[in-house]
Amino acid sequence: MTMLPQTTAKKLGLVIDLDTCVGCHACATSCKQWNDAGHSAPLTDTDPYGAAPDGVWFNRVHSYEVQTAHGSKTVNFPKSCLHCDNAPCVTVCPTGASFKRVEDGIVLVDADKCIGCKLCSWACPYGAREYDATDGVMKKCTLCVDRIYNENLDAAARVPACVAACPTGARSFGDLGDPASGVSALVRARGGYDLMPEQGCAPVNQYLPPRAVTPLVQQPLSRHAGGIESALLRWIDRVLS
Amino acid sequence: MNPAYSIIFFTTAAGAGYGLLTMLALYALAGDPAANGREALLPLGLAGVLVSAGLLASTLHLGHPERAWRALSQWRSSWLSREGVLAIACYGPALVWAWRLWREAPIGPVVPAFTAVLGLATVYATSQIYASLKSVDAWHLRLVPANYLLLALASGSVLWQALRVWAGVATAVDALPVATLMLAAGVGKWRYWRTLSRLAPTSTLATATGLGTLGTVSSLAWPHTEQNYLLKEMGFVVARRHADKLRRIALLCACILPPLLALGGSVSGGWPASLIMGLAVALLALGLVLERWLFFAEARHSVSVFYGR
Ligand code: SF4
Ligand code: SF4
Ligand code: SF4
Repeated sequence: MTMLPQTTAKKLGLVIDLDTCVGCHACATSCKQWNDAGHSAPLTDTDPYGAAPDGVWFNRVHSYEVQTAHGSKTVNFPKSCLHCDNAPCVTVCPTGASFKRVEDGIVLVDADKCIGCKLCSWACPYGAREYDATDGVMKKCTLCVDRIYNENLDAAARVPACVAACPTGARSFGDLGDPASGVSALVRARGGYDLMPEQGCAPVNQYLPPRAVTPLVQQPLSRHAGGIESALLRWIDRVLS
Repeated sequence: MNPAYSIIFFTTAAGAGYGLLTMLALYALAGDPAANGREALLPLGLAGVLVSAGLLASTLHLGHPERAWRALSQWRSSWLSREGVLAIACYGPALVWAWRLWREAPIGPVVPAFTAVLGLATVYATSQIYASLKSVDAWHLRLVPANYLLLALASGSVLWQALRVWAGVATAVDALPVATLMLAAGVGKWRYWRTLSRLAPTSTLATATGLGTLGTVSSLAWPHTEQNYLLKEMGFVVARRHADKLRRIALLCACILPPLLALGGSVSGGWPASLIMGLAVALLALGLVLERWLFFAEARHSVSVFYGR
């Protein structure tokens, strides 16, 4: 059913902190590892050890350079499906294979219905869907639907694989539709924002901007700083210069 | 966007087929004897072949062609689904029409009109598949449905005129609708290309990353060193200088030469006329394929922004 639900009971999604992401690609590789045996498995690779390796990934980490007033800054930028509220990938699907769940807002593909027309991947402005040419169906981030409700896992492990893998805690998972949730508080505190708001997709996933850069200014040793420690430092400074 | 040959063939061939159906319907409604007798089965049949071959080709690029029937289910939200439903619906009145022509029964205005309307609605739905995508600036334009409809009608009119010349019933007056439709189609396409040259991208790296508020953003490293699906399917854009040349060839072959040749074919008789119309159809096919190839190859998808392109 490719009509979008009016509202969803929850808006499960990710909050990605561009300030703490170090660009290690752990989320991308753990995503690949989990999902290769998960809901949309396999994540087929072609020619993996050859000259032109290619394959399906649900999460990809870009790196950008930002020229700021205080010099340039590297920002690592993981990108996966944003589980949009107003998902164009769902409404264009002719078969009903693409759908958004009413209960938690997760956008999924039913691989048994997908005809592999690729239109949904054209409609997604973010490039979050990847076609599996070997299976002939479209695949995408499932928000680890097979982990987050998985009662065979410890309660603490019921988070997306990418969230569990991130060594810097740059990825948080939760209900962005609930203003009392931790992720909502994080978004409020850090000024989380939508990617490509002009596309009108109303993405659920939010990105936290890098914190303001405090320019490093060399502080001259002050003559008037008190204490024995600074007197000593002043004396060393005099001797050396 | 990657120009898939099956889609290029489908949109051009089916478009010309539906255009031909519409011309036949118009002539039938106007009481033209050649459009109301058994000989009208030839244009009707040719239109059917073009449309059916196009539809079959369009299923070739699917990952699961055997599930194509599922595409008829989501007409409430999907233009691709609507296209399928309309294309199949069009066969209904078209077959009744063919049956009545075969039996030499009176046809009446309803069946041809209904067939033509469903055919043009199919072309409109095809164009809306593209025009509804906000992610591709070059497609998200009102001119796109106009281009598709005009080119379908105009290419159908060239085929119709060719069939009339070959059947020996064409007059110089018949070249008038061809010239008018092709002029309109050519002007439409020319306006489309002018619009493209002035189009500001909807999304930029600044809005895609949200980092534009901090400064100027550029791509430092891609997530992958080799090609991937996104780049192969949506990263393809033809070089501007090639596009300019190809646009001119497309306009010349599709919109300028065929109507001139159609006029020449209508006033000359015998085998030279047939030959001229053969040339007109061949040039038309070449021009249309080029135009449709450019429609894809000139369109930039917003995902390329993430790659700094
Ligand atoms: S990010 Fe793309 S694939 Fe995911 S819901 Fe939004 S439009 Fe659909
Ligand atoms: S590729 Fe599959 S999921 Fe995507 S639009 Fe086509 S049928 Fe729907
Ligand atoms: S939520 Fe799961 S499927 Fe989505 S990017 Fe993270 S690990 Fe991959």
